[in-house]
Amino acid sequence: MADEVLTAPLVLEYPFTRTTGPVIGAFLTGLREGVVQGVKRSDGSVMCPPLEYDPITSESLSELVPVSTLGSVQTWTWNGDPRPQQPFSQPFAWAMITLDGADTPMLHAVMVDGPHEMETGMRVEVVWRKEREGHITDIAGFVPAVASALGEPGVVPAGVEEVRSVRTPIRMEYTYSPGRALSQYLRAMKDKRILGDQCPETGQVFVPPRGVSSIAGRSTLPDLVELPDTGYIESFNITRVPIKMRPDLTPPYVSAWIVLDGASVGFMGLSMNIEPEDVRVGMRVRAVWRPDDELEMSAQNILGWEPTGEPDEVIEDYARVGRPDEEASGS
Amino acid sequence: MRDIAVVAFAQRQESKINTESEVEFMVPLMNQAKDAVGLTQQEMGFTCSGSSDFLAGQAFSFVMTIDGTGPVPPISESHVEQDGAWALYEAWVKLQCGEIDTAFVYSYGKSSPGSLRDVLATQMDPYYVAPLWPDAFAIEAMAARQLLDQGVVSEQQLAEISSRSREHAASNPHAIRTTPKTVADILAEDYAMQPLRPSDLPASSDGGAVIVLAADDKARELCERPAWIRGIDHRSDAHTLGVRDLTQSMSARIAGEKAGVGDDKIDIAELHAPFSTSEAVLTAALGLGDDTVINPSGGAQAAHTMMASGLIRIGEAAQRISRGDADRAVATAASGPCLQQNLVAVLEGE
Repeated sequence: MADEVLTAPLVLEYPFTRTTGPVIGAFLTGLREGVVQGVKRSDGSVMCPPLEYDPITSESLSELVPVSTLGSVQTWTWNGDPRPQQPFSQPFAWAMITLDGADTPMLHAVMVDGPHEMETGMRVEVVWRKEREGHITDIAGFVPAVASALGEPGVVPAGVEEVRSVRTPIRMEYTYSPGRALSQYLRAMKDKRILGDQCPETGQVFVPPRGVSSIAGRSTLPDLVELPDTGYIESFNITRVPIKMRPDLTPPYVSAWIVLDGASVGFMGLSMNIEPEDVRVGMRVRAVWRPDDELEMSAQNILGWEPTGEPDEVIEDYARVGRPDEEASGS
Repeated sequence: MRDIAVVAFAQRQESKINTESEVEFMVPLMNQAKDAVGLTQQEMGFTCSGSSDFLAGQAFSFVMTIDGTGPVPPISESHVEQDGAWALYEAWVKLQCGEIDTAFVYSYGKSSPGSLRDVLATQMDPYYVAPLWPDAFAIEAMAARQLLDQGVVSEQQLAEISSRSREHAASNPHAIRTTPKTVADILAEDYAMQPLRPSDLPASSDGGAVIVLAADDKARELCERPAWIRGIDHRSDAHTLGVRDLTQSMSARIAGEKAGVGDDKIDIAELHAPFSTSEAVLTAALGLGDDTVINPSGGAQAAHTMMASGLIRIGEAAQRISRGDADRAVATAASGPCLQQNLVAVLEGE
């Protein structure tokens, strides 16, 4: 058993587009026009950035008021190791900044040469991004305010198109490792071998192996068992609609539930070298492997499943997975 | 109200578990807790778990982990995308309803495959904050500066908290950061995220925890000295950072009052305080004094397993009661940036 852990890069990305509603939309419209706005709360104070509700009193809020582009740092920290998605690629300060005319702070970045240039209470002003679209990053960040800065609240011009949605994509990078059982399974795949794992109580064999017997709630046996690359189709469907994410699949094609000889559970595969109309439940199949020089540590080494020509399997009991006593009682 | 107790606890925390998948490392823990009370999965009245797929980037990992319980025939089950302490709360409510006598609670987190401090940016306001990708340490550091600026704590006091965490962790086989360090040594560390030093930050870990709850006589039958949950409550502060006073925790204070923390002497407190600053805030919010031993396990600073650290605090407190080391304990769980949500449980022996 190879001990080395398999790992692979994994990226999760979500291309979120969020609707803004009237208040956040108005704020982002203002940013695009170079104006910062807050929203008035019932006690007369101004929350910036604004929300359509008061998080403390739960009242609905709607009265937007322009605030200054100048403000004071309430608190800050130094980010010496900026990551790609953050506001600046050079080290910068994170700060909570209360703009003049507002009563709550907003989080943003302050560009200075080092932490020695930061202090609580310092005056900062907005640096606008040149190309603005109605997004929190229309504010590129803040810099220390020059003495002559006025920061006069601006006015959003009448009749401009309102921001109604905002793109907030998420991208996260991981180093995925598949664990004990799947690592062995993937390694064996490179040698055109199919491994399953076994329940320590019932002896049932699961493929692909997950390291756990859900029947018993126990870890599967440490030694995996090798299964032949032959079995039968327990169920199937014919897909006649193309799938956007799988341009390699030309309809019509058959997704089949394959039960290997000696396995207690089935898994999904594609039928090959047979017309979809000729596929049937119980049909005996064998794996069609990629050419040897293209084999990887991947289940995709199996391109599909083709008929063996043997007589069909007679399926008497579909419920192979269960506790032995239940099977005996025929339930 | 029924009397409900923690009757079994199992945990595992390591700086990185990369040889096993989540379900692979949880199954032995689940069985360890079941075996401790001699119950099978089918004898558990209810099962509730806590986890987040974002941590390992593993979609539907919690569905796979349910397989680890052995849910055949099907079990009564639920899941929260939160620390397991909230799963325990759901199980506690279900037990209070009186239909069941036992409940099985587990949670786990495997953060090492990703960059946790960046992944946590996705829990922030999606319009104004998350698009800037502030990392979790930066948010805590800004709260820390407010605590220092306003004189709520001093850097010396924060170093004392971190030094004590290391000292206590030395005797905890599940802790990660166990090397002792004096206050002076900690104060001599370079800042990691100003004004926080490396020792102020949590030692991130992978792992999980399992707790078995039981009610009334069932608890007495399963455990020699059950740790009775005498009070439990959870509260949430606002999500918008700008409207919160980050130098105190209103949610922990109210939850502590509702749970009855101040009704009697507290021997030990296991506080879900990933940062030295969070411990200072929680200790003040709960009104804990010098007669309470804070974080005898070393706490979440010494080993921080996302989604399990809160449940582990309850387990650590319960274990000390069951062993007879303490008679009355408080355990807390936290969730969200800067202790946004807090769950407080008061546990007692008989």
